[in-house]
Amino acid sequence: MRRMRGIRLAAGLLALGLGLAACGSETTPGTGGDTTSGTAPKASNVKVGLAYDIGGRGDQSFNDSAARGLDKAKAELGIEVKELEAAAGETDAQKEDRLIQLAEGGYNTILAIGFAYEGAVAKVAPTFPEVKFAIIDSEAPEAANVANLVFAEHEGSFLVGAAAALKSTTGKVGFIGGVNVPLIQKFEAGFTAGVKAVKPDATVDAKYLTQPPDFTGFNDPAKGETAANGMFDAGVDVVYAAAGGSGNGAFKAAKAKGKLGIGVDSDQYNLPSLADVKDVIITSMVKQVDVAVFDFVKSVNDNTFKSGKKVYDLKAGGIDYSTSGGKVDDIKAKLDEYKQKIISGEIKVPATK
Amino acid sequence: MGRFSTRAIVLGLAAPLGALVFSALICAFILMVTDHSPIETVDAMSAAAQRPRTLVNSLNTATTYYLAAVAVAVGFKMKLFNIGVDGQYRLAAMLSATLAGAAFMDSLPSFLRITMTILAAMLVGAAWSGLAALLKVTRGVSEVISTIMLNAIATYLVSYLLNPARLAQNVPGSNNISTRPITEGGRVDGLVVTGSTSKIFALVFLAVAVGFLYWFVLTRTRFGFELKTTGLSESAAVASGVSVKKMVVYSMLISGAVAGLVGMPQLLGASYSYALDFPAGIGFTGIAVALLGRNHPVGMAVAALLWGFLDNTANSLDVAGVPREIVLIMQGVIVLSVVVAYELIRRYRVRAEQHEVGRALGRTKTLEEVSS
Repeated sequence: MRRMRGIRLAAGLLALGLGLAACGSETTPGTGGDTTSGTAPKASNVKVGLAYDIGGRGDQSFNDSAARGLDKAKAELGIEVKELEAAAGETDAQKEDRLIQLAEGGYNTILAIGFAYEGAVAKVAPTFPEVKFAIIDSEAPEAANVANLVFAEHEGSFLVGAAAALKSTTGKVGFIGGVNVPLIQKFEAGFTAGVKAVKPDATVDAKYLTQPPDFTGFNDPAKGETAANGMFDAGVDVVYAAAGGSGNGAFKAAKAKGKLGIGVDSDQYNLPSLADVKDVIITSMVKQVDVAVFDFVKSVNDNTFKSGKKVYDLKAGGIDYSTSGGKVDDIKAKLDEYKQKIISGEIKVPATK
Repeated sequence: MGRFSTRAIVLGLAAPLGALVFSALICAFILMVTDHSPIETVDAMSAAAQRPRTLVNSLNTATTYYLAAVAVAVGFKMKLFNIGVDGQYRLAAMLSATLAGAAFMDSLPSFLRITMTILAAMLVGAAWSGLAALLKVTRGVSEVISTIMLNAIATYLVSYLLNPARLAQNVPGSNNISTRPITEGGRVDGLVVTGSTSKIFALVFLAVAVGFLYWFVLTRTRFGFELKTTGLSESAAVASGVSVKKMVVYSMLISGAVAGLVGMPQLLGASYSYALDFPAGIGFTGIAVALLGRNHPVGMAVAALLWGFLDNTANSLDVAGVPREIVLIMQGVIVLSVVVAYELIRRYRVRAEQHEVGRALGRTKTLEEVSS
């Protein structure tokens, strides 16, 4: 019976807590929101809603890059933002619902992060003509109020492929893809082309960590480490990890075995979370999702919004290779030469295998 | 046992309702600890419940969850744990989508196309679970292990086949990749609801039919009786002339065939092709829904609706500033507490029955009287 009384007491306390919490929420209306108008340089009537892909803010990769752009927009443009996350295994209807709720909630600038939203954007955008939409990584939804922000990841991958081949002494380099999807195959295609451009007889050992719909390959350092170790044991001495958070493990393996690694998406040499393995990261293929996000928000804010495809490639500066750490300074001239050739169109980088 | 006393009904409802209330309290506690208002959360949920779109989406989600739950429950009734529903439905959806989207299907009458698609899905699902059944009856491999492994194999098989060089094509201008889209005649039109952009899956009726068949076969046929008997006691089943091996194969095949249906409402009612973003993981949700609904056709329907509703309120919670993860916590706590609650109720019931027997037989003897 004593136990029963304990449970009753706990329930009573909970009920009391509920009441208190209710009071608390009544006395502080509207202070909790995401508005930054108080500290903002100038108030704006743009309200940004951002729908992440699975993983959301904090994935150390793609979504985080978008989050950085959003944070910058929030700080510099003084706009109100709302961030919503996706759940694993959801349907298009649930993605549509997310975008509609943002639009109905008064968010007049909506960003959909990732191609998974293409069906949802295509369906929702026409019903909210006054709202400006942007989708990252997809050209598919076409509407007067949709901007398609796409990246030429293969061009950047070509450059780091060239860097890998130039740095390799064994003539064997590795590619670790997070998940075996067309987007990541694009990275591999560019990388392989870059390697072959420098050393036609070099070999590329390619491995994907998981197969869809298992998307854990983007966030599983242990898998990255195992894959990299296998490659290093087979004679590979430079590994390109196009695997989001899993790259961490690949760099750890490279450090333990005295090999080299190449980062992806962000300038990974400068990421605080990778500080202890940064000396193996010779360069990174930088995909500036943050720039695309910021540019889009700014364009809406400045009334210069343009619908349709906007390609972020080497030419536009949305894709690049990083030089932080000075590990590629000796071959920088060579890499920039390739870069110019790609920009001028002399080299056409394949986007598919 | 056929009597319907109020007490039996109360006891039957006590476990799920108690678990629900308990998990609501836990969630309220977690929300308060993390500085969110439970009242606002309830408010956002009830606002969502008044939005036609959320309700339609909930019903649609529940439809697929229900089919998955029935697939799992068929196994459960035999004490077979089919964890492979996930792989079975994904492989079935992928292959039947390929068939449904194939060019030669365009000229066939709509009814035939849809029937063929659904039958193909059932066949693939049954074949995939049949492998596990075969391993179990011939080699004694536990179906828990083999179905988990078959899930992984299905994943690899699907991604091997979902390739432009094989059964799929690149979606133009996109990083997605899908089977050839099913043209107009092969689709199952949904029911339009005013105020909602989503339509109700017409295949919700398929789920209802499956639920009815499940009930009918289990309670009204000899096969169902043998199935339950084998589940309750193998030796009793053998003694009464039931071949356990045969029952294992049958129930796994049925379970797999129902699993094959899981992807159909989404495929024929909304996606029209199997692509990289086809919903995955429904098979595992099915296990939770079957547990919550106690393998009962109506219980599972209620559980599936609850699950679907919770899933679809997540967006509203997110908009209201409440972390959507609270939905996952709530679902997890519900399943755990429901399992505990059923056990508590079962013990209470046993004790109550003993009391009743005692009372019917007269005064219970004291310890002294018994030992003397």
